[in-house]
Amino acid sequence: MLEIKNLHVKLEEEDKQILKGVDLTVEAGKVHAIMGPNGSGKSTLSYVLSGREGYEVTDGEATLLGEDILDMDPEERAAAGLFLAFQYPVEIPGVGNMTFLRTAVNAQRKARGEEEMSSTEFLKVIRERAKELKIDADMLKRPVNVGFSGGEKKRNEILQMAMLEPKMCILDETDSGLDVDAMKLVADGVNALRSEGRGFLVITHYQRLLDHIVPDVVHIMSDGRIVKTGGPELALEVEKNGYTDIVEEVA
Amino acid sequence: MALPQAKQTETEARLAMLDLPAGGWTEAARRDALARVQAMGLPGRRDEYWKFTNPATLTQAEAPRAAVFDTQETQIFEAIDRLKIVFVDGVFDAEASDDLSLEGISIERLAESKADIHWAKDLYGTLETNGQTPVQRPLAALNTAFATDGILLHVTGTPSKPINLMYYHEDESSDAILHHVIKVDPGAEVTILENGPAAARFNEVMEVDVADTARFHHVRAQGRDHERRAATHIFARLGTESAFKSFTLTANGVMTRNECIIELTGDDAIAHVAGACVGDGDFHHDDTVFITHDAVNCESRQVFKKVLRNGATGVFQGKILVKAGAQKTDGYQISQSLLLDGDSQFLAKPELEIYADDVACSHGSTSGAIDEEALFYLRSRGVPHSDATNLLTLAFLAEAVEEIEDETLSAQVVEKISAWLLRRSA
Ligand SMILES: Nc1ncnc2c1ncn2[C@@H]1O[C@H](COP(=O)(O)OP(=O)(O)OP(=O)(O)O)[C@@H](O)[C@H]1O
Ligand SMILES: [Mg+2]
Repeated sequence: MLEIKNLHVKLEEEDKQILKGVDLTVEAGKVHAIMGPNGSGKSTLSYVLSGREGYEVTDGEATLLGEDILDMDPEERAAAGLFLAFQYPVEIPGVGNMTFLRTAVNAQRKARGEEEMSSTEFLKVIRERAKELKIDADMLKRPVNVGFSGGEKKRNEILQMAMLEPKMCILDETDSGLDVDAMKLVADGVNALRSEGRGFLVITHYQRLLDHIVPDVVHIMSDGRIVKTGGPELALEVEKNGYTDIVEEVA
Repeated sequence: MALPQAKQTETEARLAMLDLPAGGWTEAARRDALARVQAMGLPGRRDEYWKFTNPATLTQAEAPRAAVFDTQETQIFEAIDRLKIVFVDGVFDAEASDDLSLEGISIERLAESKADIHWAKDLYGTLETNGQTPVQRPLAALNTAFATDGILLHVTGTPSKPINLMYYHEDESSDAILHHVIKVDPGAEVTILENGPAAARFNEVMEVDVADTARFHHVRAQGRDHERRAATHIFARLGTESAFKSFTLTANGVMTRNECIIELTGDDAIAHVAGACVGDGDFHHDDTVFITHDAVNCESRQVFKKVLRNGATGVFQGKILVKAGAQKTDGYQISQSLLLDGDSQFLAKPELEIYADDVACSHGSTSGAIDEEALFYLRSRGVPHSDATNLLTLAFLAEAVEEIEDETLSAQVVEKISAWLLRRSA
């Protein structure tokens, strides 16, 4: 599904190398988790994959379903099936949540040469999915993320994911800022989307989320590299002992 | 005081092109206005309120040519049931206009009303004259003197539909001067719609007297002809518990100066003036607003948003004057521009002058580019760059468009803006 090879990334504006050779493969149907200390480059990886400006790939490659994505525009990557749930979802005053989502769904369909979703069908689907995530009608009408609480913003990300039905989902700390019940809602939302043809890359600091979304593989990122890969037990080890041991072990 | 030589010459050259209509109830007001224009002289670049906008093409003797913009598109208010009053290059078109009778309102043409006595006599040129202090507005006085036609509206009830003044432009060198007088009686309510380019050069004055508890709504879409020029003035006087709400959409036009001068003279009155403009290339658009609070507990809002690209220029000069005794005034003013590239510019002069102590007035002016974070967020969801930019641009204008009370009308405005944006991103 997603293949990252020897990815090196620096900031465009300054001479600062952030990713220093990331190798990672997420297979279809699998959930991979990435943990790692603050500033190790997890969000940077997710941004580079989704096409945000400000980064320069100096070496390596990334493909989605065999297609090189690094030269694509962000909207092309989205249409190809990539989705990033932002660590910090952006507020967009003046653009209604519903309008935004319908525009996005239909833009992706159009780009893929598929038929657009009618507004009645869209309404029906979004109402269902929103209900599952306990997002009320009022939140759908409000401008995108404006005045949403931290937890509401994260649930809204999952709603977008559920509507867009991407093939490869990257979740950047979707659990941070969530209360216990909301965490459960979000995890259920993600689990509902788990399927044969879909891959997940879940960035988190906490084992707690991984109790609900049980990963197949856990990676530890440190200083711009994946330094250790293992099964779900690796997350438990981090929870207990922190990163120091792991990072020192590989250094 | 004698005028500077250059100003004197320019003013005389312009006046030489015009004939003062004689006779009837407007004659005295016209003579008075002519004398005032001669004393003031037409505006020049050195005048305080013309620093950002060069008035030369608005004052020169003949109208600069303006190509007629041939569009097959539907007019903005087409879907609305309204009473149409059509002017072509400033000349009334009876055939294209509806029958001028409607319950709750009397509609007459200025050019037809030749009697010596008329209800509009107390207003014609009067509100305009009041609006000449403390800032001179010579183009408005010129209009009072030489207007060839216009509409006299006396609103006595609540007419069942809006009155739509439609201005067509068919002659490349037309120079139109129209003067409207609107009197809204106590408790009455009316909606005036205006659309179209009107002429190669258009000088319009609208005097609006909103009596106690009366309500006046105004939605205007200035024509899209690229080369057209317009200088418009609205002079409004508001009575106790009355409401005045005006919104203008401007797309294109090489030169637009819209002045709005409002006096809140009765307690608890409300005045909202808003504008959204989208401009490209040599587009120059100027909003000049002067709101005087001269009563207690009144509210005024000015909301102006300008989207500028390819070197377009936007100007905003907005003033709130709170006179001594106008306590509990709530004055709000915001002017913002969205600069879609580095060549465009926004020049703003917000002013507050307050002589009462118990007031809440705020004003702000900003200029900025598209929010890159928001743009990336939209694109990451699959919305193409140009569509995402358009969505954000519409969102930027939304605060001004939302000032239109009637949702059907605001939807029409949004549609026109979307179409404009789409044409440019195609
Ligand atoms: N635009 C930028 N300008 C300056 N520094 C940046 C920029 N983007 C990333 N960095 C730096 O790159 C490093 C990696 O940041 P990144 O956000 O990817 O870390 P992270 O692993 O997601 O951390 P956290 O767990 O705190 O979210 C940090 O040192 C950060 O300060
Ligand atoms: Mg991060």
